[in-house]
Amino acid sequence: MGITTRFTKLTLATIGAFALSSSIALADADDNELVIEGMKMTTMVEGAEDGPVDEVYSGWRFRSEETQALETDDFENPAFSAVDRGKELWTTVTGSEGKSCASCHDKAEDTMKGVRASMPKWDKATSKPITLEQQINRCRKDRLGAEKIKFDNADMLAMTSYIGLQSRGMPVNVDTSGPMSEWAEKGKKIYYTRVGQLDMSCANCHEDNYGKRIRADHLSQGQINGFPTYRLKWNGLGSVHRRFKGCMKNIRAKPYKVGGDEFVALELYVASRGQGLSVETPAVRN
Amino acid sequence: MKKSFVIAFAAAGAVLLGATYSQAGSHSKTVSPEMAMIKDGVFEKSLTGGVGDAEKGKKTFANRKLGNCLACHANKDLANLPFHGEVGPPLDGVAGRYEEKQLRAIMINSKAVLGEATIMPSFYRLENGVRTLKKFSGKTILNAEQVEDVIAYLKTLK
Repeated sequence: MGITTRFTKLTLATIGAFALSSSIALADADDNELVIEGMKMTTMVEGAEDGPVDEVYSGWRFRSEETQALETDDFENPAFSAVDRGKELWTTVTGSEGKSCASCHDKAEDTMKGVRASMPKWDKATSKPITLEQQINRCRKDRLGAEKIKFDNADMLAMTSYIGLQSRGMPVNVDTSGPMSEWAEKGKKIYYTRVGQLDMSCANCHEDNYGKRIRADHLSQGQINGFPTYRLKWNGLGSVHRRFKGCMKNIRAKPYKVGGDEFVALELYVASRGQGLSVETPAVRN
Repeated sequence: MKKSFVIAFAAAGAVLLGATYSQAGSHSKTVSPEMAMIKDGVFEKSLTGGVGDAEKGKKTFANRKLGNCLACHANKDLANLPFHGEVGPPLDGVAGRYEEKQLRAIMINSKAVLGEATIMPSFYRLENGVRTLKKFSGKTILNAEQVEDVIAYLKTLK
């Protein structure tokens, strides 16, 4: 309930910021501080000197007070039923080999710490970056003898949110060096390419116009530090690739394939734009 | 890049010319998108050869599946509708700031007037982003009549 009074004060500040917004080119992330279950999150970091933005903001800073509040308390966060399911799946034997995740990885709290923060990462076996979903499927197929599941399958989202939670509060830290640099470049190219009949690139909204209203929506920088994210609009959790797909459709473009090279490259590049932000998985957005 | 763009534009125009004329029929005065080339930031001729309907234009302006102009531009004339965007400039008094031929040019091909970096869609141009969904490919966002209707409406915003 303490949250309510704090937010009332902040609401006034936010209204003030909106009144000014037409005269300020880039502004409008609010000044609220994100504390989840007593743990302070980093929702803003200074951009790199040669980086695309001066300040890097988590999408949380662009959401309404009501939506923001949902993420501060795990009992209020609607993603936590999936997290509970993920915890259950972690120790559930599945597939032909009679194993569960825990058979090899023991306690997720220890072994999965930091994993979300550094995905996608280089995969020697395929000589490509690998996403968290793809790594889970690799384990399912090779270790458990279980079938692969889709990125937005309920069990996959339960696993990615449970595993991701183990990195909550840790800074995003993806590797874009060595063989990864080529993929980051590929992702960057996609980021700046105009697509669809409406002829827009990711950058047109999320770099040039973040902080502004587009109809009812408040444009963020499109950071992905909270994925999988519970979107109120979806009434459920979704993967980064699902979000990319939705954006492309809005621009009347044919989305790339979920799990395909283009979206993996884009995920890597967009993650790299958010280096240093806290992992917020599972975040809540509208 | 600009040069190759113009060449591609001209080539597409040449290829499609025949088809455009054969389709013209009763709208023989309609200027096809391939022919709607912007020069010096203006386009003088009505795309339909006639004057647009401001009332219809108002609806096209607000309609999310058509102009969806309100997504980016605030407009006090439509204060009854919620959620006006902030991405583009407010359009209150736009008729006093731009001539009709400028408004038409911006709507046809925003990039040719406002610069290549603008986020504004080009509403009567076929050369848009890559990977356009089949449903929309080879089509302009608005047709000639709808563009003229919106221009007629914008001219009422004094």
